Amino acid sequence: MPAVQETVERVKTLDVDQYKYGFETHIEVDKAPKGLSEDIVRFISQKKGEPEWMTEWRLEAYRRWVTMREPTWARVSYPKIDYQDLYYYAAPKKNPAPKSLDEVDPEILKTYEKLGIPLREQEILAGVEGGSRVAVDAVFDSVSVATTFKEELRKAGVIFCSISEAIREHAELVRKYLGSVVPVSDNFFATLNSAVFTDGSFVYVPEGVRCPMELSTYFRINERKTGQFERTLIIADKGSYVSYLEGCTAPQRDENQLHAAVVELIALDDAEIKYSTVQNWYPGDAQGKGGVYNFVTKRGDCRGANSKISWTQVETGSAITWKYPSCILRGDNSRGEFYSIAISNGYQQVDSGTKMLHLGKNTTSRIISKGIAAGRSENTYRGLVSAHRKATGARNFTNCDSLLIGDKCGAHTVPYIESKNASAVFEHEATTSKISDDQMFYCLQRGLDEEEAVALIVNGFVKDVLQQLPMEFAVEAQKLISISLEGSVG
Amino acid sequence: MLQINNLVVEIDGKRILNGLDLSVKAGEVAAIMGPNGSGKSTLSYVIAGKEDYEVLDGEIVLDGQNLLEMDPHERAAHGVFLAFQYPLEIPGVATMTFLKSVMNAQRKARGEEELTTPDFMRRVKKAAERLHIDQEMLKRALNVGFSGGEKKRMEILQMALLEPRFCILDETDSGLDIDALRVVAEGVNALRDPKRAFLVITHYQRLLNHIVPDSVHVMANGRIVRSGGKELALELEASGYAEYKEEAA
Amino acid sequence: MSAEVTPIRTAAETALIERFKAAKGELPGDGEVAKRREEAFARIEAAGLPHRRVEEWKYTDLRGLMREAAPLAPLPSAAEAAGAIAAAEAFAAVDAVRLTFVNGHFLPGASSTGGLPAGVEIVPLAEALASGHALLREMGRVAVGKDNAALALNAAFMADGAVIRVADGVPVAQPLHLRFVNTGAAPFATSPRVLVAVGEGASVTLLETHEGTAGVAYQTNTVVEIFAGAGTNVSHVRLNAEGDGALALSTLAVSLGAEALFNTLGVVTGSAAARHQLFLAFEGEGSKVSIGGATMIGGRQHADTTLVVDHAVPGCESRELFKTVVDGEATGVFQGKIIVRPDAQKTDGRMMSAALLLSETGTMNNKPELEIFADDVQCAHGATCGALDEDLLFYLMARGLPRGEAEALLVQAFLGEAIELVAHEGVREALLGRTAAWLAARAA
Repeated sequence: MPAVQETVERVKTLDVDQYKYGFETHIEVDKAPKGLSEDIVRFISQKKGEPEWMTEWRLEAYRRWVTMREPTWARVSYPKIDYQDLYYYAAPKKNPAPKSLDEVDPEILKTYEKLGIPLREQEILAGVEGGSRVAVDAVFDSVSVATTFKEELRKAGVIFCSISEAIREHAELVRKYLGSVVPVSDNFFATLNSAVFTDGSFVYVPEGVRCPMELSTYFRINERKTGQFERTLIIADKGSYVSYLEGCTAPQRDENQLHAAVVELIALDDAEIKYSTVQNWYPGDAQGKGGVYNFVTKRGDCRGANSKISWTQVETGSAITWKYPSCILRGDNSRGEFYSIAISNGYQQVDSGTKMLHLGKNTTSRIISKGIAAGRSENTYRGLVSAHRKATGARNFTNCDSLLIGDKCGAHTVPYIESKNASAVFEHEATTSKISDDQMFYCLQRGLDEEEAVALIVNGFVKDVLQQLPMEFAVEAQKLISISLEGSVG
Repeated sequence: MLQINNLVVEIDGKRILNGLDLSVKAGEVAAIMGPNGSGKSTLSYVIAGKEDYEVLDGEIVLDGQNLLEMDPHERAAHGVFLAFQYPLEIPGVATMTFLKSVMNAQRKARGEEELTTPDFMRRVKKAAERLHIDQEMLKRALNVGFSGGEKKRMEILQMALLEPRFCILDETDSGLDIDALRVVAEGVNALRDPKRAFLVITHYQRLLNHIVPDSVHVMANGRIVRSGGKELALELEASGYAEYKEEAA
Repeated sequence: MSAEVTPIRTAAETALIERFKAAKGELPGDGEVAKRREEAFARIEAAGLPHRRVEEWKYTDLRGLMREAAPLAPLPSAAEAAGAIAAAEAFAAVDAVRLTFVNGHFLPGASSTGGLPAGVEIVPLAEALASGHALLREMGRVAVGKDNAALALNAAFMADGAVIRVADGVPVAQPLHLRFVNTGAAPFATSPRVLVAVGEGASVTLLETHEGTAGVAYQTNTVVEIFAGAGTNVSHVRLNAEGDGALALSTLAVSLGAEALFNTLGVVTGSAAARHQLFLAFEGEGSKVSIGGATMIGGRQHADTTLVVDHAVPGCESRELFKTVVDGEATGVFQGKIIVRPDAQKTDGRMMSAALLLSETGTMNNKPELEIFADDVQCAHGATCGALDEDLLFYLMARGLPRGEAEALLVQAFLGEAIELVAHEGVREALLGRTAAWLAARAA
């Protein structure tokens, strides 16, 4: 695996402060006034040219939201967020709805190139046989700016577009499924998202279709004081398959940026959705200043029999991560998976995990979580596995391992395991340890320096999860892991 | 090549090495023998630079450079290789990945070009064949689930690939049956070279039948108490360490 | 959004407030003790009884379980007490020094303390509260239990119990049996507390049994605090065999000095609803503890074991093994938390909770937690939940055992792993006998 060598090199090139993606793009932006009110919600809906039902849906969410309280149960602490001091809509001014890449602001395209997503090349490469291809939907601040490979996907019958476009063009699908997994009033952040989401991706894979390529969305926050609220809806119809990748970055800023996304996945009979995330939002500087607050609700519904939803996440960024990608195992014989690597360094706080709700018969789930805490960070795994009365034959296996690097950080494991069915078999195991001095010395004796040795050992520690990522992401994730641990030793 | 002068070392306030002097020439195989607890393993760790040991006095000079002023990985790049008595397991890290990482790290530190993948593969294959290490073993995580013999062979494989100038074998014979011992010894003998020196640390004479030393040093009470040729090892085999233990007491 | 929620009190909460007002003048102790009662009760009055949305009580909704606040139990008549004591059978065959508490009141006359060595002091808690015994200062020493509702309720209402002091270096050979017997025809409430100080290098075995009248909805809230000094060796076994109508809250709070050994096993078969809490704090380096539990419940029983082990100092070791068997429509709860504080390097903590569901309608909730702030540690927890292994059952049946017997054999073996942790042979045998009896009753 040559990637490790690259990883090892990468370690030396960056400081904790030198966040790789911390550049800002200068483009003209169309913004709503600061603050949140029914008028702002209407403004967003109008800007997006939405039908009446959608405006009402948003308003209902907004009305619910004003009665809700911000949750406090997670092991994270941050100063109170002033929700009236944020912008809820920011869109690049030129060509808000580009028809092709040629209409996209060249500045934005440059940004994505810096992120390593050369959209143009992808189009050009489209005709090339062999090499792996990924269709990309790029979301800049809150607006989808470009989607590649649209034509080819259309031929297969796959709909891959921005959610705004889907609301206009595929209203019947959106109305049927939006909010059906994460209800409007699910939680404080999801409800806020329902009221003000500005864009995101939409995928529909028709019955029996295996999506011909990986689908990918790159999210980027650019504007100052702008909340990013994207909404993703993926529906895999009977017997279909799709693999979806999500990448996130934000520029380096002193103030905190709010990100509250909602992702809903629906897998019907015999369908499979694989959802992978590499989250690398700006984590704040070495003193804990700035960084993204990442409050995300992700949930998959294995609605059909024999369906499968698999979440894989590599979380290295954000000042605060509050995120529990979950599976509702409703269909008989359905399967949920959660593979997670969560790395915290500096002053980062991570509270992440999953929920596996076993409702159907013979449902199975698997949770592999690897938490690595360094610096002065706090890293918590919080998970729920439950079997309802009718979940005969349910099976879960959970493995949560934590690694501490340094004595100023904390690693916590908070699993909830609830069974109401005797034939359900749940197994949970968790360990917390550090990299042994002997292992370190062994690597040093062979010529690796301390950071190289840590990166190597940590990459080994998380291997079971890395293996779950598509190749394109695995390499990137490995680099990120090393970069995130910069400055954690010595 | 290697010159150790008046080395004094403590661990947790307890003195382990007590003014040790030792000299090893290029091309030489020097054996260190001695009773348990005489400080043999400590010597190997101090040369390699393990933390925990406090060096109170003395110097260790390898080809003109004082190793004590270098970090462990710098010593490795400078040519120090320690074959561990108990090689460590590193879960999740494939042996091939590990080998490539360490080979290139050392090359980089010395300002050399990194190995190309085909070149790397060729080198590993050649060295592995000589040590009867099959490809399947190289795909597994480093040392995880390896038998004692497999771990020791993996140490020698790394030694062959890293081409160090000064090799320390710390009780490499422990836990090996006669066949495994022969394979390991052959691997070491193949690496004998006029520009390379070996320090073979062992409690028993057995290993020295297979890796024949040029000099033998007896260690007791944290220093070298007697030096001689290979016949000294045979003498020790016959008489045991009793007289040295008494001296130590 | 910041509007304060006005607390709506349940009938039980309102009644508790009334009972406290009425009783506080009568309860033993004044000055510091009275102040402590007021402070503890103020916490209950402000927050109410804990409910589902209070994380610590997520699986045991005390507000829902305590429908009424039963009146404080008076000392029963001599005849009633004698009858109840005669019926108490737990560990009766074990040769021990016995302290008897009827409805929470210490009865020296019904106790046998003759076999105690010099250096062991035993004072009724009522007397100690009234006289301001020196050991009262140690009450509530274990910090992790500080804001706990059950502890606060006991601190407000405690009426009697005992203060036990074992002087430095004294080995107490015979087990010290704290025998709690509850009796009455109508609901009543008891809040006994026992303080045990074990001097440096001393050793003692404590047995706690709780039994009571069947069919009566009585409420007990027992607190045992053990302050074990450096180099002590303390064993503790607790048996909940309360009557089937009981709501039994109990807390064991333990502080340990350096190089101490401590082990405890809690066995639960009784009560309608039980919650046993264990708070343990390491205060000195190099100590080792073993904490076990064996719970067997059926019908509509609810049994919660909640554990917090606080590694505040380096170099200590804790081992936890909890076994829960759930039959009928019962609910088992295990919450276990290992905390490793920033300075507690070289901590070695391992916790295992295993549950067997014997029926289609049982529930098991497991919440094993690790909270770790030191890097040089080895900590692990495991939790399993499932039915009896069908392959094993089949194997035993193929060897000629009827299904019921095969099940009983496997359950006995499952619980046995925890019960085997008890070193005292007589106590261990008695507990295994209880398990067999529970299985026999289940089969019948």
